[in-house]
Amino acid sequence: MDNESNKHWLYRKKNLPTLWGIQIAILVLAVLPEFFVHHHPHFEQQGIGMDATWGFFAWYGFLTCTAMVVGAKLLGIFLKRKDTYYDD
Amino acid sequence: MTEMLGSMLLPPGLVLIIGAFLLPLVEGKLRAALVLTLPLLTLALVWLIPDGNHVQIAFLDYSLQPVNSTAEGRLFATIFSIMAFAGGLYALKTATLTELSAAFAYAGSAIGVTFAGDLITLFIFWEMMALGSTMVLWANTAANPKAYKASIRYLLVHLLGGVVLMSGIAAYVFETGSTAFTAMQADSVATWLILAGFLVNAGAPPLSAWIADAYPEASPSGMVFLSAFTTKTAVFVLLVGFAGTEILIYIGLYMVFYGIIYALLENDMRRILAYSIVNQVGFMVTAIGIGSEMALNGAAAHAFAHIIYKALLLMSAGSVLLMTSKRKCTELGGLFQSMPVTAINGIVGALAISAFPFTSGFVTKSLETSAAAYEGLVFVWFMLLAASAGVFLHAGIKFPWFVFFQKDSGMRPPDPAANMRWAMWLFSFLCIAIGVYPQALYSILPYAVDYQPYTVDHLVTQFQLLLFAGFAFFVLLPMMKRTLTISLDFDWFYRRFAKVVGDEFSVKTGKAFDRLETQVRGGATGFIQRLHRHHGPQGILARTWPSGAMVLWVAVMLVASLVLYYV
Repeated sequence: MDNESNKHWLYRKKNLPTLWGIQIAILVLAVLPEFFVHHHPHFEQQGIGMDATWGFFAWYGFLTCTAMVVGAKLLGIFLKRKDTYYDD
Repeated sequence: MTEMLGSMLLPPGLVLIIGAFLLPLVEGKLRAALVLTLPLLTLALVWLIPDGNHVQIAFLDYSLQPVNSTAEGRLFATIFSIMAFAGGLYALKTATLTELSAAFAYAGSAIGVTFAGDLITLFIFWEMMALGSTMVLWANTAANPKAYKASIRYLLVHLLGGVVLMSGIAAYVFETGSTAFTAMQADSVATWLILAGFLVNAGAPPLSAWIADAYPEASPSGMVFLSAFTTKTAVFVLLVGFAGTEILIYIGLYMVFYGIIYALLENDMRRILAYSIVNQVGFMVTAIGIGSEMALNGAAAHAFAHIIYKALLLMSAGSVLLMTSKRKCTELGGLFQSMPVTAINGIVGALAISAFPFTSGFVTKSLETSAAAYEGLVFVWFMLLAASAGVFLHAGIKFPWFVFFQKDSGMRPPDPAANMRWAMWLFSFLCIAIGVYPQALYSILPYAVDYQPYTVDHLVTQFQLLLFAGFAFFVLLPMMKRTLTISLDFDWFYRRFAKVVGDEFSVKTGKAFDRLETQVRGGATGFIQRLHRHHGPQGILARTWPSGAMVLWVAVMLVASLVLYYV
C-alpha cells in the first residue's frame, strides 16, 4: 500500500476507472454537437452523403484506426524480427 | 538599382555553406554567435532578393542560374533557414564540430536547391546535400558505432538516386536543349528518370526504408537536422517540376499508410518518428499529384508546418535519448515526472502533427484534404481522412505515451540544457502561432488562399475523428504492447539478401580463384624452372666459358676480318 501511495497519481490502480471515465466523458462531449450541427457532404455531385451522416467522423476514426492496428499486427507476423537481426 | 543589386547577388544558401567552413576556424562564443546569426543572415537574404532570375553564369555551353527567386522557393528557403537556426541552437552544446559544420553545409545546399533556376545548379546542390547529410550521420560514429555503416548505406541510396537524376537531366537537356528547371510532364524516359531521382529523396517506395534505417543512428541533434531538409527539398522539386502528375497520388497514399503501419510496429522512439516522416511526406506527395492550386498550397504549407513539428518531436525524443541513453519504448516510460519541459514540448509537437485544432497541422493539412474533396476524388479523400486518424494513432499518441507515460521506468533524468529547452519552446510557439493565426503562413504560399479552416463543422468533425482515434488506441493498447523487434523492409534486399548472394558469390568465386591461382602458380613455377635451367648457375647460357675458347674465337674473328679486308 505504501508502494501505491509513492506512485504518481496517474499510475495508481485505484485511479484507473476515473481516467477511463474522463476519457468517455470527453468522447460524449465530442459527439454532443451532432445534435445541433448540420454537416455538408463533400461529394454531393457523386451522390455520396455518408460523410454528412450522424457521427460519421467518430465511428470512421475509430474503425479505421482499429483496422490499421489489426492490419499492422497481422503484417507484423511476417515482418517482425528480433532487433538484433542485422547486427553482425 | 535592384537590377544592379541583383547581378551582384550570391545564392543565399552559400552563406551557410561558407559558414560551415568558417565554424572550425573559430571557437567558443564566436562560434556560437556564427551558428545563431548565419541562419538569420540567410533568412534576410532570402527575403531581400526580389522575384525573378538574377544571375547567369556561363558553364560550358549552358548558363547556370543559381539565384532564381520564386514564391515556392522562398517559402521553402524560409523554413530551411528557421530550421538551421533552431537546429543550431539545439545542437550548440552537444553536437560535434563535424556535425555542426556538416549540418550547415547540408542546410545551405538545401536552400541552394530552392533557388536553382536550372537543372545543373539543382543537381550540384542536390549532391552536396547528400554529402552534407552523410557527414551529419557519420559524425556520430564515435558515440554510436552503428552510425558508420548506416551512413554508408545512406550514401549509397543517395548516390544511386543522384545517378538516376543525372541520367534524367542529361537526357532531358539533350532532348529539349533546355536546362531550365520548370514544370515538366512525366512522358519521356528523361522526365521519368528525373521524377524517379526526386522520389528517392522523398522516401517513396520501394526505397522508403533508408529514412528509418539511417536517421535514428544520428546524434540527438543530428536527426533533428536530417529530418528537415532532404525529404522536404524533394517535396519542393516535385511541387515545381511535377505538379498534377497523377501517379504521385497513389505513391503518396502508399507512403501515408506505409508510415503508419511500420511506425505502429516499431519499438525505437526515433524510428517511430522516422516512419512518420514518410507518412507526412506521403500527404504532400498526394497533394502534389492532385495538382490544383489549393492542393499545391496545401503541400507547401504542410511541408512548412511539418518541418517545425517534426523537428520539435525529434528535439523532445533527442533530449530523452541524451538524458537517458535509451531509445527503445520498452525501456522508457514515466519520464513526464522529471522531464516536464521535454514532455510538454513533445506533446505540443504530437498535437500539431495530428492536426489538432489550434495547431499548425490543423490549418495546413486540411488544405490538402479539402483539395481532394474539391476535385471530387472520393477514394483519395476517404483514404486521407483515415490516414489523418492514423497519424494521431502512430505519432500523436504512441510517441508521447510510450516515452513519457505508460509504465514507470523508474528513471528520473532532468530536462536537458537551457539551449535545448529554448529551441523546443521556440518551435512549440511556432506550432501554436501558425495554428491560431494561419493568415501569416497563408500569405506567403505560392497561390492566393481562399480557405477558412476554422468553421464549426470542421472543428467538430476533426475533434471527433481524432478523439475516437485516441479511444481506439487505448482500447487496443493490449495489442500495441511493445516488443524487442524491428520490421523487415525493402532494405532487407540490400542488407541481407545481397549479402547472402554476395557471400555465395564470393564462395564460388573464391573456389574459382583458387583454381586460377593454382594454374597461374603452376605456370609461373614452370617458367621460373625453365629460366633457372637455361640461365641458372648450371644453365647452358650462364656457364663460364674457358679463356682458351675465347682466344680461339677472337683469332677466328681476326682471320675472318683479314680475309674480308683483302677480298
